[in-house]
Amino acid sequence: MSDIPTSADPSTAPITPRLLATELVCDRGGRRVLDGASFAVGGDTAADNVLFVTGPNGVGKSTLLRLVAGLGTLESGEIRLTAGGGAVTGAEVAEACHYLGHRDALKTALTVSENLAFWRDFLAPPPVGAGAGHPALELDEALAAVDLDALADLPAGLLSAGQRRRLAVARLLVVQRPLWLLDEPTSALDAASEARLVALMAAHAAAGGLIMAATHLPINLPGRSLVLRPAAVAREAFA
Amino acid sequence: MSDAPTERAAPLLAPLAALYRRELRLAVRIGGGGFMGVLFFLIVVTVFPFAVGPDMNLLARLGPAVLWIAALLATLLGLDRLFEADRDDGALDIIVGSGQPLELVVLVKCLAHWTATGLPLVLATPFFALFLAMEPLVIGATMLTLAVGTPALTFIGAIGAGLTVSLRRGGLLLAVLVLPFAVPVLIFGVSAAGAPALDPAPFATPFLLLCALTLATLVLAPIAAAAALRSGLD
Repeated sequence: MSDIPTSADPSTAPITPRLLATELVCDRGGRRVLDGASFAVGGDTAADNVLFVTGPNGVGKSTLLRLVAGLGTLESGEIRLTAGGGAVTGAEVAEACHYLGHRDALKTALTVSENLAFWRDFLAPPPVGAGAGHPALELDEALAAVDLDALADLPAGLLSAGQRRRLAVARLLVVQRPLWLLDEPTSALDAASEARLVALMAAHAAAGGLIMAATHLPINLPGRSLVLRPAAVAREAFA
Repeated sequence: MSDAPTERAAPLLAPLAALYRRELRLAVRIGGGGFMGVLFFLIVVTVFPFAVGPDMNLLARLGPAVLWIAALLATLLGLDRLFEADRDDGALDIIVGSGQPLELVVLVKCLAHWTATGLPLVLATPFFALFLAMEPLVIGATMLTLAVGTPALTFIGAIGAGLTVSLRRGGLLLAVLVLPFAVPVLIFGVSAAGAPALDPAPFATPFLLLCALTLATLVLAPIAAAAALRSGLD
């Protein structure tokens, strides 16, 4: 399924995806976490395709990413992803996303390559935005891209926290999807691994892919930022 | 199924086959608990004659019921981890956004769980039935009813597993929720299994009702469990 670069539609390829969220309102545990957050990701330059979500702890950064990934309930508002003339909203946006959360979605009893092969076989191609963003890699190429190729046959339970994180990142590379949702992507990574991840993110954005990254640590990548403020309307600031 | 267009079926079947293989691998590897069900089954069946006493006729008469209750408890044993393991490590979040229908994901996980825990119980039944001095015909009937009926127990249990997925230590609650709904399966299973020993008792009627229960839960449980999982995502 993944090796069809020759059939990339000339009609859809140049039109980069856009993510548009309008007036998102979300409650968690009876408390209003997001109250009218609006933002857009995607534009003509790679920097427009990257949105850093920042703000103090508990302000709703993870909640916002999970909402886009279809893992929460909106009180009101709409999340819409358009690409190449097609558009999806709501739960279907999740099928165009790679969500990299705090938990790595790895099975400790399976080997590194078995973990990755499962996600490659299981994740469906995106409903819109096929061909935008980082292209799908073969299993060994993806493991090499996160410097885990020497550990392919090791059970994932033996990996360190940083290595687990890198294996989770490799999941984004084996199936092409236009929107990457990264929650603290650089946590637990050493300097070299962080540089590799930033290079992958830059390649994804340059190829027309979108990135939303919730982060506290500055990431060396041009992009816009969305500053969430506690219990208030999120304001968009351009960095 | 055979006349479904292959271009629709192919992209759906390959991911679900991958899921099935993953679930089986996890069940048989260390910590997977695939064989714990059979061990538990063995212990329950072994302990029973000590409680009842060495009355061979009584043991033989109770045999099908003992095997069925042991199978019911052994099936419930691992079911609380059916979705909880995927929720704990974040895999459920990815599965929900995978683009595969959650109902079919639940169905495949149930089938894999049954293959790893229910099928070994069925295959072990003839050996364990010897402990209970059962007649060959009754052993055969018990094996057949367990083969047909244990999938229903897995499917009913999956609804409970979906409802308790967000609770820590939901295993006990799962058993309390699920056991009342497993009663019809138990009634028809035991009455069909014991029928060959009692001459005028019909085998076909309870057996067909058991088949109907399994088919009905096969359709309804994935829908219910998927709805429970969706509402449990926060």
